[in-house]
Amino acid sequence: MRMPEQVQRLAIVIGVIAAVVLVGRFVLMPPTLVARELHRSSTEQREAAKPVKFAGSSACQDCHDNVVEKKAKGYHKGLACEGCHGPAVKHTEDPSAVTPAAPRDRKFCPVCHAYDAARPTGFPQINPTAHNPLTPCIGCHDAHDPVPPRTPKACAACHAQIERTKAISTHALLACTTCHTVPEAHKKSPRTVRPSKPQTREFCGTCHAKDAGAKEAAAKGTTATDAAAKRAKTARQAPRVDLSTHGETFQCWQCHYPHLPEGRS
Amino acid sequence: MNKRDFLKGAILFFPAGGLLALARDGARAAAPGPAREAEKAAAPEAPKPSGKRYNPADHYYGMGIEVEKCIGCSRCVEACKAENDVPAEPYFFRTWIERYTVRADGEVAVQSPNQRTRHVETTDDRDVIRTFFVPKLCNHCAQPPCVQVCPVGATFSTEDGVVLVDGERCIGCRYCIQACPYGARYLDPRTRTAGKCTFCYHRVVRGLKPACVEVCPTEARVFGDLRSKASRLVRFRRMNKLNVLKPALNTEPKVYYAQLDGEVR
Ligand code: HEC
Ligand code: HEC
Ligand code: HEC
Ligand code: HEC
Ligand code: HEC
Ligand code: HEC
Ligand code: HEC
Ligand code: HEC
Repeated sequence: MRMPEQVQRLAIVIGVIAAVVLVGRFVLMPPTLVARELHRSSTEQREAAKPVKFAGSSACQDCHDNVVEKKAKGYHKGLACEGCHGPAVKHTEDPSAVTPAAPRDRKFCPVCHAYDAARPTGFPQINPTAHNPLTPCIGCHDAHDPVPPRTPKACAACHAQIERTKAISTHALLACTTCHTVPEAHKKSPRTVRPSKPQTREFCGTCHAKDAGAKEAAAKGTTATDAAAKRAKTARQAPRVDLSTHGETFQCWQCHYPHLPEGRS
Repeated sequence: MNKRDFLKGAILFFPAGGLLALARDGARAAAPGPAREAEKAAAPEAPKPSGKRYNPADHYYGMGIEVEKCIGCSRCVEACKAENDVPAEPYFFRTWIERYTVRADGEVAVQSPNQRTRHVETTDDRDVIRTFFVPKLCNHCAQPPCVQVCPVGATFSTEDGVVLVDGERCIGCRYCIQACPYGARYLDPRTRTAGKCTFCYHRVVRGLKPACVEVCPTEARVFGDLRSKASRLVRFRRMNKLNVLKPALNTEPKVYYAQLDGEVR
């Protein structure tokens, strides 16, 4: 049977379209676009080939061994050189053509050291407007070995958050050393030499028990220390609780944060 | 030209294009190697520090984050932008820091400090129960929702456990940005394709640490290989009680948080 002419023409058109699609799919499209594995591995290769900009911690050793050695001994030993100097691969490849900037400005160090309540306790923080203003930080601290020129006197240098909390509390007038015995070495190696912390309910009782003050006064002159004498004096203004019933047998600081004790609100 | 002539011309023209392309491919194949090898050679080959070829099957990457060590200095955020050429404006990030502030009335505020707004915040310390920083980035989930929704298969998990985007396949439809429960993706305004953290794939295959880990001053970030018994990440996972973000979604993140507060979302 003879095929009608219009069917033949239609067949030709369909054939042409099919040919175009097949050619496009198998000849013109690169294999990386079609095969899943290939397109993935080509993406991986493209990612892997991207240029590196941070050279890494061991890259500066060869040429700046004096700085590396100095930094390794100081408080900044954990810091990457490029955390302060910026990406330096170009510099390691051609040191004279590209030199990294040195952050000499006073604005830089507070990026890490400005006081911020959200920073972990014990991280050294300062108030940039109050801490030796107008002089660049590096005028007093060596950026690569930033020992404080002398050991700080105030606990607040390192415990700013506690100090600020206590300052607005009813315990504002109590010195830190009323409750903590602090060896001098704590200020130099704070993590190895630890101050004492109150251990018993009776400790808080020295000011807050019904008979507080009396006991201290009785002890005065025999074994009383300066701290105990001071405590006896302040104890006079302290609100009293019955130690045998108040707070049952829990430690006082399980309910009252000692640096911000709230009892009346 | 009548219809017949046109169709005849077309029949000759289209296959001829295919033949030309065939000839082009043939010529390419006759040159150094198959077309794929030629393309690979065109891209700069990653140097292999150990001399050994990098084999993705030997590795499976993850990251550990010790929340209590983060000081919120944003060195990682800046290093990431520099290393990965992330646009400075608008505020797109592959990794970022969040400040959590938990108030006495149970309200939780989350801010993401950037260079400009970091220290402007003034809060009444008395209402604040606790405040801390949390570093965030793509979790490189083992079951990534972003990969599931991509209509063109442009994003995928590599064998070594990194979720990548094929910039040449991505059509910029933003499905993945919507699907990511961690807000870790953005649409790069220059290429109109999805951008995200790659664990600094180009550094990792060269044996370097990701840029954010490199510059972290307090080792709050730990990067490592879950397949290696000696890696720091494996030790980190053994020594800490860990959490992941939004565990209920069963995305199986590979970014593990130590000391994560229950309020962190
Ligand atoms: C190949 C040797 C070499 C390596 C590797 C190298 N440097 Fe340098 N660096 C030099 C030389 C030489 C100079 C002095 C350049 C000059 O004064 O023109 C210099 C100068 C510097 C300066 C001084 C800039 C200033 O303002 O005074 C800094 C900062 C610096 N390098 C940082 C780094 C860091 C960070 C690294 C590691 C990522 C590094 N360098 C690696 C050779 C090197
Ligand atoms: C805390 C940030 C910080 C870190 C970390 C740091 N630097 Fe510096 N560096 C500075 C500052 C600030 C200066 C400018 C010092 C000055 O002018 O007195 C400087 C100066 C330099 C100089 C030029 C002057 C000099 O003392 O020779 C070199 C070289 C240098 N740094 C290399 C390094 C290398 C190498 C490392 C890593 C081992 C490193 N820095 C780590 C902040 C830093
Ligand atoms: C990238 C963050 C970072 C930057 C920037 C930085 N530091 Fe530090 N700094 C640290 C860390 C981390 C320590 C160690 C803290 C610890 O031991 O707990 C430290 C310690 C110190 C100490 C010693 C504190 C102590 O415990 O007695 C001083 C002083 C200091 N830095 C000064 C500076 C100065 C000056 C600059 C600017 C040149 C600077 N820092 C820049 C992170 C930084
Ligand atoms: C005039 C000298 C001087 C300047 C300028 C200076 N400091 Fe200090 N800094 C000291 C001294 C002295 C201490 C010891 C603590 C104290 O008694 O205040 C100290 C302590 C610190 C500490 C706390 C370390 C600790 O153990 O208490 C940090 C952090 C610090 N400085 C950072 C900075 C930063 C950041 C700058 C710049 C914004 C800066 N300093 C500028 C002299 C200086
Ligand atoms: C040089 C900085 C510095 C100074 C100055 C300093 N401390 Fe500390 N202190 C630290 C660090 C760091 C820690 C450890 C914090 C941690 O591990 O979380 C610490 C811990 C403590 C602890 C807790 C000990 C424990 O076992 O938990 C107490 C209490 C304490 N300090 C009291 C004080 C008092 C009171 C002063 C003032 C007389 C003072 N500190 C001065 C840095 C300092
Ligand atoms: C009223 C007594 C008292 C005073 C005053 C006091 N503390 Fe404490 N402090 C305590 C007690 C009690 C603890 C133990 C809390 C616990 O174990 O939960 C403590 C714990 C600490 C800790 C351990 C970390 C923490 O936050 O629990 C540090 C650091 C500390 N004090 C520093 C200071 C500093 C610095 C000052 C002075 C600004 C100070 N303290 C004043 C009673 C006091
Ligand atoms: C040296 C004496 C002294 C010691 C030790 C002491 N306190 Fe106090 N405390 C005071 C004084 C004085 C006040 C009242 C201040 C005022 O009302 O202005 C006070 C107030 C309080 C209040 C009431 C706060 C309010 O809002 O009314 C509480 C609660 C409290 N202290 C708990 C403690 C705990 C817990 C300890 C043990 C860690 C402790 N105190 C140790 C002297 C002391
Ligand atoms: C179980 C929790 C708990 C414990 C433990 C606890 N307290 Fe209290 N304390 C409270 C509460 C709640 C209040 C406020 C309501 C009241 O007056 O009973 C308070 C109030 C106070 C006041 C203020 C009383 C006034 O008249 O203003 C003082 C002082 C005080 N406590 C001291 C202590 C001391 C010292 C200890 C440890 C021996 C201690 N507390 C242990 C829960 C506790």
